[in-house]
Amino acid sequence: MSDSIVIIDDLVKYFDISGGFLEQLQFKSGKVIRQKTEVKAVNGVSLEIKKGETLAVVGESGCGKSTLARTVIGLYPPTSGQVFYRGQRIDNLSPKQMLPYRRRMQMIFQDPYASLNPRKSVRQTLEEPIRFHMPKSNKKEVKERVAYVMKQVGVNPGWKDRFPHEFSGGQRQRIAIARSLVVDPGFIIADEPVSALDVSIQAQILNLLMDAQEERGLTYLFITHDLSVVRHIAARVAVMYLGTLCELATTAELYNNPRHPYTQALLSAIPAIDGRKKQHIRLPGEIPTPINLPKGCVFHGRCIHANDRCLNEIPVLLQVGDSSGSYVACHGVEEGRV
Amino acid sequence: MALLEVKNLEVSFALRYGDLVALDDVSFTLDKKERLGVVGESGAGKSVTGFAIINLISKPGKITQGEILFEGQRLDTLTEAEMRHIRGNRISMIFQDPMMTLNPVLTIGTQMVETLRAHRKISRKEAKKIAIRKLELVRIPSPARRLSQYPHEFSGGMRQRIIIAIALITDPSIIIADEPTTALDVTIQAEIMDLLQELCASEDMGLMLITHDLGVVAEVTERVLVMYAGKVIEMAKTSDLVANPLHPYSRGLINALPGYGKCDTANRLQQIPGSMPNLTEIAPGCSFHPRCDRCQDICKREVPKLRQMKDFASRFVSCHFAGQEPVK
Ligand SMILES: Nc1ncnc2c1ncn2[C@@H]1O[C@H](COP(=O)(O)OP(=O)(O)OP(=O)(O)O)[C@@H](O)[C@H]1O
Ligand SMILES: Nc1ncnc2c1ncn2[C@@H]1O[C@H](COP(=O)(O)OP(=O)(O)OP(=O)(O)O)[C@@H](O)[C@H]1O
Ligand code: SF4
Ligand code: SF4
Ligand SMILES: [Mg+2]
Ligand SMILES: [Mg+2]
Repeated sequence: MSDSIVIIDDLVKYFDISGGFLEQLQFKSGKVIRQKTEVKAVNGVSLEIKKGETLAVVGESGCGKSTLARTVIGLYPPTSGQVFYRGQRIDNLSPKQMLPYRRRMQMIFQDPYASLNPRKSVRQTLEEPIRFHMPKSNKKEVKERVAYVMKQVGVNPGWKDRFPHEFSGGQRQRIAIARSLVVDPGFIIADEPVSALDVSIQAQILNLLMDAQEERGLTYLFITHDLSVVRHIAARVAVMYLGTLCELATTAELYNNPRHPYTQALLSAIPAIDGRKKQHIRLPGEIPTPINLPKGCVFHGRCIHANDRCLNEIPVLLQVGDSSGSYVACHGVEEGRV
Repeated sequence: MALLEVKNLEVSFALRYGDLVALDDVSFTLDKKERLGVVGESGAGKSVTGFAIINLISKPGKITQGEILFEGQRLDTLTEAEMRHIRGNRISMIFQDPMMTLNPVLTIGTQMVETLRAHRKISRKEAKKIAIRKLELVRIPSPARRLSQYPHEFSGGMRQRIIIAIALITDPSIIIADEPTTALDVTIQAEIMDLLQELCASEDMGLMLITHDLGVVAEVTERVLVMYAGKVIEMAKTSDLVANPLHPYSRGLINALPGYGKCDTANRLQQIPGSMPNLTEIAPGCSFHPRCDRCQDICKREVPKLRQMKDFASRFVSCHFAGQEPVK
C-alpha cells in the first residue's frame, strides 16, 4: 500500500443516456413503463499504481479507458467505488479540496484538436496553469519555464505567439504535453498521447516522457491502444474489455505469454511492416454493447473458448502462474482449457 | 486516365511572419481500386494535400500553382457551388480532426441523414436505414439506439468510426482518409482497414491513406508517397519502400518504428536527429540536409530533383545520392 501512489477500488461509471422523460417511456406487454438507458462504461475496476511506474491500460475502442481516466482524475463523479491518491480518498472531495490534486495529477487528453483552446496562443495556454498553480513565480520564471518546456517537447519557443490552428496535429499534441509538464506534476494520466503522432515524433515524445519520469520520479497511467508503444514505455499492462479488467501482467509476461483470449487476439492483430501477413486472430461475433452488458463473461460472444459457465458466471481476476504478478479473469484459463 | 491526378501542386499560407510553403511541386496519381499511402513527419504537408484536393484550403492559404484533375476534370478551378457536388459526395475526406466533420450540437443521426439527403433524393426513413447500416459497417454496437446521441457522448475511437461512416454514406469514388484509425485499437483497426480495402476492390474506389503508421501502410497500400517539408521525397511500391528505403529520411522513419526488436522497457527509441525546418525559412539545397548523415556539399547548394530510379519501375527518389552506396 505504501508504495502505491494511486489506488482505484471497484470503480463503476455509468452514463444515463435515456434523454427526456417522454423518450424514456416504452410500451411493454400492454403497459407503459419508464425505462432508463445507461451506458455501462466502467464496471468495477480495481488497480494499484505504484510510485514511479508506468502502468499501461489497453483495450478496444469504447471499452472505457478514457472514462476510467477521467473518473480517476475527478472529471467525472464515479457511480460507485473509490479513488485514493497517496492514501487520501479523492473521489468525494469538493472542488476546493480537490485543487491541490489538480496540479499533482495532470491529464494529457486523447484529442489534440479538442483539448487546446483555439482562442489562446501557445504562450497563454502554457503560462496560465503556471500562474494558477504556482502563484509565487515571477514573470521571468514563468517565461523561462514556458521556453524550457517548449524546447523539451520539441516545439520552437519562437512560435509561442501562434494559435492552435496554425499547427499540424502532431505539433498540437506536443503543446498539450507541454501544458501538462509545466506545473511539475507527480502523476500523469496520458490518454493516447502519441497516437496522433508520426513515428519519429512518437519516438521523441516517448523518450521525452521516459526522461521526465527518470528526472522527476513521475508516475504514469498510460492509456493506449498501440501495443508496440506499450512495450517501450510500460512496466505493467492492464487489459480492459467492455469496462472490466481481463488481464493484468508485467509487460514482458503479457507479450511473451498472453493468457486471456482477448489479449491473445489483440497481440496477433499488430500490423507488421515487413508485409508478411501475420495470422491475425479475427474476432468472431458482434461487438457487444455497453448498454446491455452480456451475462457472464463480457467477452463470451467473441470467444472461441466460451462454454456454459462463461455464459452465466462472471469471471474474477485471479492470480496465475508463478509470483510474477499476473492476473487473469477467465474461466478457461482457470480450468486450464485456454 | 487516372481517377485523380495531382500535377505540380503548390500551396502556401501568407502568414504574418512570411509565406509558408506547405506544398512544393507535389505530383502523383491515384487510380480506380488503388490504395495509395501518404506518410511523413508531422507538419510535412499530408493533410494540406488532402485539403487541396477537395478545395478546402482557406485563407490565408492558397493553391498557388498546379492542377488537380478528377476523372479528367479540373477541380481547382471549380466554384464553391460546383465543388459542393463533389466534396462529401464523389470524394469524401475522413478528417484528422473529428470536429471538422461532426457538429457538436447535432445528434449523429441528424448529421448522417442530412449529409445523405444533401446529395440524394430520398426520404428521412430511408436515409436513417442507410445510416444505421453504415454504422454497423464501422462496428458501432447498437447503432439504432446511438443515433440520438451527441458526439461528446462517444469515445474517441467511436467518434472516429462515426466519421468514417459519414464519409462512406454517399458511396464515394475516392476516399481521402487522414489518419483514420489513430484512435482505434488494432482489432477494430484491422476490421476498418479490411472494409476500406473491400470497397476499393468491389466499388472501384480509390483510397488515399494518410497515416504515420507504417505497419498499416505496409499491410493496406500498394504504393506510397513519403513527404518531407512539403515535398514528395520518395514514391515507391510499398513493399520496395519497406524492404529498401532509398531516401535517408525514409530510412530514418522505418528505423524509428517502435516494436521493432525485442521487448525491453528501458530502451530509447531511435530518433531522427533534429526537427523539420520551419517552412517559412527553408534553407537552400536539400531540405533534409541539416538532419542527414549522408549530407555532402552539393546537398547544401542544390535541391535534389525527384528522379526515377533505374532499377525500379515506378520508383522515384529526391536525393543526390539515392541508389548509391553510403559516402564516407
Ligand atoms: N491554416 C493554416 N495556417 C497556417 N499554417 C498552416 C495551416 N494549415 C497548415 N499549416 C502548416 O502547413 C504545414 C503542413 O501541415 P499539415 O497539417 O499538412 O501537416 P501534416 O503532414 O498533416 O502533419 P500531421 O501528421 O501532424 O497531421 C505545417 O507546417 C502547418 O503548420
Ligand atoms: N459523456 C458521455 N455520455 C454518454 N456516454 C459516454 C460519455 N463518455 C463516454 N461514454 C460512453 O462510454 C463508453 C466508453 O467510452 P470511453 O471514452 O471511456 O472509451 P475508450 O476506451 O476511451 O475508447 P477509445 O479507445 O475509443 O477512446 C462508450 O460507449 C461511450 O459512448
Ligand atoms: S471466461 Fe470464457 S468466454 Fe470469457 S474469455 Fe474466458 S473462456 Fe472466453
Ligand atoms: S540530397 Fe543529400 S542531404 Fe538530401 S537526403 Fe540526399 S544525401 Fe541527404
Ligand atoms: Mg478514449
Ligand atoms: Mg495532418
